[in-house]
Amino acid sequence: MVVETQCARFESIALDSGATLSPVEVAYETYGRLNATRTNAILITHAFTGDAHAAGISHENGKPGWWENMIGAGKAFDTDRYFVICSNVLGGCQGTTGPGTINPATGKPYALTFPVITIRDMVRLQRMLIEHLGIPKLLAVAGGSMGGMQALEWAVSYPEMVCSTIPIATTWRHSAQQIAFNEVGRQAIMADPDWAEGDYYETKPPARGLSIARMVGHITYMSDESMREKFGRRLREKEKFGFDFGVDFEVESYLRYRGNQFVSRFDANSYLYITKAEDYFDLTNGTGKLAEAFTTVDTRFLVISFTSDWLYPSYQSQEIVRVLRRVNGDVAYCDLQSNYGHDAFLVDVAEQSEIVRGFLTSTERMAKAA
Amino acid sequence: MSAHPLPVANAVTLEERPDFNVIGEIIQPRSRVLDLGCGEGELLAWLVENKNVMARGVEISAAQVRKAIGRGVSAYQGDIDEGLADYPSKAFDYVILSQTLQETHAPLQVLKEMLRVGRRAIISFPNFGHWTMRRAMLFTGQAPKTKLFPYDWYNSPNIHFLSINDFEDLCRDNGFPIEKRYFLSGATRVTILPNLLAQTAVFLLG
Repeated sequence: MVVETQCARFESIALDSGATLSPVEVAYETYGRLNATRTNAILITHAFTGDAHAAGISHENGKPGWWENMIGAGKAFDTDRYFVICSNVLGGCQGTTGPGTINPATGKPYALTFPVITIRDMVRLQRMLIEHLGIPKLLAVAGGSMGGMQALEWAVSYPEMVCSTIPIATTWRHSAQQIAFNEVGRQAIMADPDWAEGDYYETKPPARGLSIARMVGHITYMSDESMREKFGRRLREKEKFGFDFGVDFEVESYLRYRGNQFVSRFDANSYLYITKAEDYFDLTNGTGKLAEAFTTVDTRFLVISFTSDWLYPSYQSQEIVRVLRRVNGDVAYCDLQSNYGHDAFLVDVAEQSEIVRGFLTSTERMAKAA
Repeated sequence: MSAHPLPVANAVTLEERPDFNVIGEIIQPRSRVLDLGCGEGELLAWLVENKNVMARGVEISAAQVRKAIGRGVSAYQGDIDEGLADYPSKAFDYVILSQTLQETHAPLQVLKEMLRVGRRAIISFPNFGHWTMRRAMLFTGQAPKTKLFPYDWYNSPNIHFLSINDFEDLCRDNGFPIEKRYFLSGATRVTILPNLLAQTAVFLLG
């Protein structure tokens, strides 16, 4: 399946910060067909550094989508049955308006004049896209990590537009540890002289800072066990230590490679804006009273966590589940066994597919009956 | 709690669990049902299909929860005792505990919580007073191992052993109103001497 990224343009969007962004563009892809009754649409929300290219083979670069193992004919999000949509988030750098976009007022990239955005702003833009596509109600909104935050935000902000929500490996508010790791990433970028207060679009990007930020990120996405399995203490193309500060270990080589690779596809300022949006995320707006946030929510939930995920630990998902139970919500939950850490929702998908498939089938049945 | 005290394979059919038939008979269409120790969700899926109920299930085993969700049941992975506390009072029309009471750590507490959370409670359990148990105990002088209680004492999920008369006493002493009783030997209803002849009892409280 060869797919092409499309773009929708809107006049403006009002943001949580009070600022207005005008105009605003959103990059998106769709897979499968919208049925005549417009009831089979599923929105996939991507994680921090994801993009609109969730499935299929990219027309532009021939690459498979980031959730290719979950979306497609006969897969969990079965494109023979569902119309699947994925869009790049607001503030991103893969087609949707973000800090690297040219500000029409100045003719230069926004850089740090781009307004600070929130998860709710991202969801607001997605809603504009869904309405633009003529879909009155989504069968499901599903996503992992930051995608899970967006899915939860959808359920709370627009419950009338969502039949079901599938938040995976996520949280209802960012914890101190999560904020801490994001802050290390931001500091790495801002400490790079090439960052130049965000004004680097005409010079060179803060490649070293951004790649260090990505290295830290990658560590948090894996687990002690998966790193031991993948790298152990193996040396990289040598039999003895180098007794210098070049690459000795496989794990060093891997992190450097992933860091460098990331620089070519991601904008450092987007990194700052999006991590900030994650850190601000709190479904209760600071009250801590999650039950109140869920009182008007009547969508079904399938909450999934992974046993070895220490970045978004299972207890955070269980808090969501407990509160949904307290308000008598319709919630299914499973803590899937995996050694892959936070990455599990992207790579260890056999069991995840089994439950998503069953959940979507029953949601369809209930939506028809209603 | 594992929902499989009976020596059955993973996929339990309603025919293999006669108590499910009785439970299916008791439950009114379109009611709200919570199944504690729902296993792979067989009973709930059947109730959704045939009685159009609003179904929820709790199960401690991740593998079984996965199967239950896979068949479309809103099941969540959790402990029965911990799970019940979150629900508001009378959130359900029926709270079911099938073949699991003898595995719970605090059966009395679970029963009280079931009656708080549900308007009615349905409890089924294997009858330790069945004549085969009495005979096995009498002749071997050892912890009985029978078709009904097939485990060795050291690896049995059953941590409490109760007969029908024991359960009746418990209900009386705690003021749990018994609305109906069903006694089964295999799939056959037992009408006389249940504490001696019934393998399985199903009680409707509330």
